[in-house]
Amino acid sequence: MANIISDETIEYVGILAKLSLSEEEREQAKKDMGRMLDYIDKLNELDTTGVEPMSHVFAVRNVFREDEVTGGDGREEVLRNAPEQKDDMFVVPSVMSH
Amino acid sequence: MELLSLSAVELGAAIGTGKATAVEAMEAVLGRIAEAEEELHCYITIDKEKALERAQSAQRRIEAGELTGPLAGVPMAVKDNLCTEGMLTTCASRILGNFVPTYTAQAVQNLERAGAVIIGKTNMDEFAMGSTTETSAYGITRNPCGREHVPGGSSGGSAAAVAARECFFALGSDTGGSVRQPASHCGVVGMKPTYGTVSRFGLIAYGSSLDQVGPLCRTVEDCAVILEILAADSQDGLRSDSCTGNYVGSLAAGEKPQNQEIFGAESHSPDSGLNAGQGIRQKTGQKAGGQAARNDSTYLGRKDIDFTSALKKDVKGMRIGIPGDYFGQGLDGEVRRVVLAAAELLRKNGAVVEEFDLSLAEYAIPAYYTIAAAEASSNLERFDGIKYGYRAADAEELHQMYKKTRSQGFGPEVKRRIMLGSFVLSSGYYDAYYLKALRVKAMIKKAFDEAFARYDCILGPVAPATAPKLGESLDDPLKMYLGDIYTISVNLAGLPAISVPCGADKNGLPIGLQLIGDCFAEKKILQAAYTYEQLKKA
Repeated sequence: MANIISDETIEYVGILAKLSLSEEEREQAKKDMGRMLDYIDKLNELDTTGVEPMSHVFAVRNVFREDEVTGGDGREEVLRNAPEQKDDMFVVPSVMSH
Repeated sequence: MELLSLSAVELGAAIGTGKATAVEAMEAVLGRIAEAEEELHCYITIDKEKALERAQSAQRRIEAGELTGPLAGVPMAVKDNLCTEGMLTTCASRILGNFVPTYTAQAVQNLERAGAVIIGKTNMDEFAMGSTTETSAYGITRNPCGREHVPGGSSGGSAAAVAARECFFALGSDTGGSVRQPASHCGVVGMKPTYGTVSRFGLIAYGSSLDQVGPLCRTVEDCAVILEILAADSQDGLRSDSCTGNYVGSLAAGEKPQNQEIFGAESHSPDSGLNAGQGIRQKTGQKAGGQAARNDSTYLGRKDIDFTSALKKDVKGMRIGIPGDYFGQGLDGEVRRVVLAAAELLRKNGAVVEEFDLSLAEYAIPAYYTIAAAEASSNLERFDGIKYGYRAADAEELHQMYKKTRSQGFGPEVKRRIMLGSFVLSSGYYDAYYLKALRVKAMIKKAFDEAFARYDCILGPVAPATAPKLGESLDDPLKMYLGDIYTISVNLAGLPAISVPCGADKNGLPIGLQLIGDCFAEKKILQAAYTYEQLKKA
């Protein structure tokens, strides 16, 4: 295996992806990601010099609209999906840790 | 009348002429579900009472003359990653286990406006990540054609529901083959249109530059009719006759194709590359301003969506290319034989069939998984346990809550792709992985452009083998990804492609034929598929 994923890398990816992994999951993730990256390295066989990266097949342009309120007041329906709510607001755990 | 044996269009015609009612059709489907669903598990959510109420309401509107389209009163199933107002939409994930959308996806709205009636929401791989429907948090779906086998995925529930006659047609989504591959494994028709043909509004995003909504159904005719409705712009399209369909049935055999330009006076040039979207809108004199375009900036608002005009049994002179690299190592012998026999049938009936080298096929998978994972990692950031969905109970502060919620809410395959995506987008690796993949994508697109300068359609298998047995795929993710080899380059290049049943292996498991068209050339592949279907029936 060419790509060895270190503990630091997995730790970093966990922070980016906002996932906490158990010890077992972490070891599996290191193995899986290493294998996938080995496979993805196959792309290096291709000379892409001078090829522009293509994000969309067709040009994506911003589509403007008038700044009008549409869709009505769905506050109750929207808040009904919230895990926790109070006084028409979403409740979250404390943002600053103690 | 044995309603369950009808295609969607046949049922719509029976309802339209008073030979059947929307309520009878829904009762027939619910009866079939009562028999088969316990074993097959095609659906995550079915609300029988609401389905019957909706069917009654549709029937009243049909009788009042308000609903006259070809699918008015026809029961449909909807993949559980398409939002449905007031109806649970889980994406087959624990993290959306209690999510009830406040709006309905554009694709579903279009069909409801045309009179189709929702039965329920179908099972799928979690967030559409998988090829077997086994990554669902709500259990597996069995293949109606072989109960010990997977139905394919990710739209496995939709494909199985069509095959088992638990619906008359279904919606799926196709990011890397997720409509075509389960259609192939379950012996039904499935199609992914050109990227941008159907609005993605309300489709819970996986890989936004690759995702398209598409139909799963029994016949090519159904496929064309459904696609016309799906592609219509909600503001003007659905009012036009070509969309809600004064379509009454296939054109007479032998009727000549109209030589119609796709985008008005000038035809689309495949060389226009990155500026194609802009070019299309200029050429059609169209402003990207319809309702659907406002809700999905990649929706093209195409005008050439009279797909049923392509239902002609005629392939004389049609140039069909067979990519040699789609028939090489890794392709099952029986699949190879059956797919080549289909090509031979088209050749005997006037198509010009030749083998060519598409090249780059083997690079599509690594490019795809890099891009799809990158987009997934970004799209799935929104699942944070705050505004909807699952929240871990015992978190003391916000970041801990995010991490616990996501770790408990997502399954292993979703986590794997989010982590890979986060990695390839991270500073220091972005150029080497993500941008590299986007460059390869451009090369793949170019290879297809060159192929379509010579051919009307590309013909090949959908999957390297028939449906694998349950429980055999998830242990080795890389091996599972390799199964997508014939479908994913289509998504990278934004092309339309259809899967049509073309035979079965010795165990009776269905094999699909894939026809790939150039961007906006749905009609060519529909015509080839329709011709094949009719020839095979004869």
